[in-house]
Amino acid sequence: MRFKDGYLQTAPTADVDAGTMSRREFLKRLGLLGGGLIIYCAIGDVTVSARTPRQGFLSGNVPTDFNAFIRITADNRITCFVGKIEMGQGPITSFAQMAAEELDVAYEAVDMVMGDTELCPWDAGTWGSLSTRLYGNFVTEAACEAKGVLKELAAERFNCPVARIITGNGKAHDSEQPAQTATYGELTAGKVIEKHLKDLPPLKSPADYTISGKPYLRRDALEKVTGNAQYAGDIRLPGMVYAKILRPPAHGARQLSADTSAAERIEGVEIVRDGDLLAVLHPYPDAAQRAVERINAQFTLPETGINDKNIFDHLLKMAPEPSIASQAGDVKTGEKGTAAIIEETYLNNYVSHAPMETHTALAHLEGQKITIWASTQAPFAVQREVAQTLGFQQKNVRVITPFVGGGFGGKGSSGQAVEAARLARKTGKPVMVMWSRAEEFFYDTFRPAAVVKIRSGLDNAGHMQFWDYHVYFAGRRACEIFYDIPHHRESVYGEWNMGPGIHPFAVGPWRAPAANTNVYARDLHLNLMAAKAGKDPLEFRLGQLKDRRMRSVLEAAAKKFGWTSAKTPSGRGFGISCGIDAETYVATMAEVAVDEKTGMIDVKRVVCAQDMGRIINPQGATIQMEGCITMGLGYALREEIRFDNGRLMDTNFDTYTIPSFSWLPKIETVLVPNPSLPPKGGGEPAIICMGGVLATAVHDATGATLRQLPMTPERVKKALAVKKNNPARGEMLFRSNKLRAYAQ
Amino acid sequence: MIETIRFTLNHRPVSVATGRERPLLWVLRTDMELTGAKFGCGEGLCGACTVLVDGEAQPSCQLTLGDITGSEILTIEGLTKNGDLHPLQQAFIRHDAMQCGFCTPGMILKAYGLLLATREPTYEQIIDGMDDNLCRCGAHVRIVKAIQTAAEAMKGGPS
Repeated sequence: MRFKDGYLQTAPTADVDAGTMSRREFLKRLGLLGGGLIIYCAIGDVTVSARTPRQGFLSGNVPTDFNAFIRITADNRITCFVGKIEMGQGPITSFAQMAAEELDVAYEAVDMVMGDTELCPWDAGTWGSLSTRLYGNFVTEAACEAKGVLKELAAERFNCPVARIITGNGKAHDSEQPAQTATYGELTAGKVIEKHLKDLPPLKSPADYTISGKPYLRRDALEKVTGNAQYAGDIRLPGMVYAKILRPPAHGARQLSADTSAAERIEGVEIVRDGDLLAVLHPYPDAAQRAVERINAQFTLPETGINDKNIFDHLLKMAPEPSIASQAGDVKTGEKGTAAIIEETYLNNYVSHAPMETHTALAHLEGQKITIWASTQAPFAVQREVAQTLGFQQKNVRVITPFVGGGFGGKGSSGQAVEAARLARKTGKPVMVMWSRAEEFFYDTFRPAAVVKIRSGLDNAGHMQFWDYHVYFAGRRACEIFYDIPHHRESVYGEWNMGPGIHPFAVGPWRAPAANTNVYARDLHLNLMAAKAGKDPLEFRLGQLKDRRMRSVLEAAAKKFGWTSAKTPSGRGFGISCGIDAETYVATMAEVAVDEKTGMIDVKRVVCAQDMGRIINPQGATIQMEGCITMGLGYALREEIRFDNGRLMDTNFDTYTIPSFSWLPKIETVLVPNPSLPPKGGGEPAIICMGGVLATAVHDATGATLRQLPMTPERVKKALAVKKNNPARGEMLFRSNKLRAYAQ
Repeated sequence: MIETIRFTLNHRPVSVATGRERPLLWVLRTDMELTGAKFGCGEGLCGACTVLVDGEAQPSCQLTLGDITGSEILTIEGLTKNGDLHPLQQAFIRHDAMQCGFCTPGMILKAYGLLLATREPTYEQIIDGMDDNLCRCGAHVRIVKAIQTAAEAMKGGPS
């Protein structure tokens, strides 16, 4: 299945077929692990359409007729295996809640095993805010099936019909003879049990939930505050060495020569060449770093002529034919008879993921098998890539994902794991590859630079009559208009995951890919239209909005914020933005003050309201909103990658500035209840409004229009100057097709 | 040149035979196998490697063994006393003051350094004192609350 936002969600055939383990092997392995209840539930036979198809999610490591998500052992511990990884977004807590809830055990009785390709069911990768809304179904359904088997075991033991068995708090008893009771551990007795469920038991009604829906603190906090939490770089093996790899100075550069003699003079250094890899290995990472710096290498330098100023012209030149994401009426017809037309172009620069933990992996070769501890969002993709690179069978590659120190989409690609695997095979030693911060920036898959052009019109009453939207290389996610505009069309030129040839370096998914760009451009443009119509920006939106979920989040945000009606620009510095991401509805309002002398934007407060359907962990959901708001300040105000001819100017946090404590506004969040809907995404939605809410707030404060993200002090000053000196000239300039004139 | 470098690490005297020019961060992480201090940027710009040197929070990637000879070094592994969590650790748990957790050891030690210097910091002093430590997940508002809670708990005396 491919999701609308471009994420592949079922396994490529190779993943599922490669080296499928037999049932006997699987049972034997689980026996070695200490046994436990295994359910043979023949998913394929059961025609219960409400259940989520699971075949694609059971990898070659697991026979497809097994429920591989839950294990119950004699000590009454429940282990829940998931292919997802924990990078701070919190599924280690919410999956445990879901499993405990459906299984009728205490939350504390559940242990989580995540992102281990040997033990966990397959998963494409941890992204797209899919852990709860999609994968959570598997966990819940698996727990439900396990409970069904436990009930059958209890019925056999108590010699009563299954219908009489009641479960609760990790025990099962006969409702007519309450003395007849057994813990789940007693029922399974640590043995591997094969049991064929004839019928799938019904799922618990959310109305009966006592664990899901309640706020839980992070379950990994103790490990994280004591320093005991292990990340890939914290794994230690006897005889391990650290690798530093010679890197080119620019994208597109080619190595002509490399003199390693000075590096070799450092005691203990080992120089390794493996194809295009030239690495120095040393038992100390600092010595390996010193050694690689002593390699005297010559490179050809590319002359692309492309830099962060002229990239937008380049992108427009490279634009493919558009695909239409959505349309209604006819924009040409809509244009006839409009009272005012507003046409604008919006830009955003490349943005880095910049997780605090750089890409890291440790590879350990044992004969024809290799184990890799990797900082990755996609352990099963790493498994496949390493197997292909080394020519190993996939089942002989095990990827273990310890805690991941932030990903935000950037660790969906994991080149460091392949590098570590190649060097481990070449040397036979356990090899750690830990990218430096400069390597992390250089090999990041940036959020793409993008252009949005919008042409729209108002009728005499100030209603939106037509909306002609063109987005270049940001991607389609969240571009579709949800206002009631009779004539609209959203045209998409290229996606966020374009391969080589378009961008000067790799690009990829960045927390809510495409949505940040699309929502920024849409909301700033809507405010320009509201200004033209002489209306309050909230009323302007609500006036053409029937969607009840969107109305409810806008109204909830307005209430919390204390929004009062005023024409924009009002001088108050109030911003507004709303959108849909991962099926979650979000509305954000903010208050800013702009220092016209310095161009600095002071974000005073941000209010965010979100409808995410049924909520598993309100605490975790709130924290994700706060994190999105804080992180989103960065791409809105300061973050951009500067480059020239394939060379990056920003290689560390001195020039690439990310939000820090002094940036903090007052943050308020509202979870708008909507328990009738199944859970929707939570990791990304609240970030999508941050560009739009701050751009509209700056416009409301000053009347200046910031047509490019990030809104650096220089761009703010320039926009203020354009507005002050000659507003009419400014308008003409920005309508020109020559982006070069104002891209800065 | 290999030398014997002596210092105090987590309340115990230690000696390491290695080069005095080696960065403290990597000696901790490799020679001592204490991995709580993290590598984040390598240039003292992010605070993930923060340790206390004689009670002052410093980025260990910018210190050599020569710099800290004879000093008292405290890492996150030495903060728990007799199995009891430090008030800062307790407050970080209570406020969920972390997401990925990679910056957490550095954040806690930076905050400890701040509280050792300023017993009852104002909100502005916390913001100012913590500003060099970066968190990409956006746990900042909760980290501030945790520091306020810990400061309150530590009022009675040294912790």
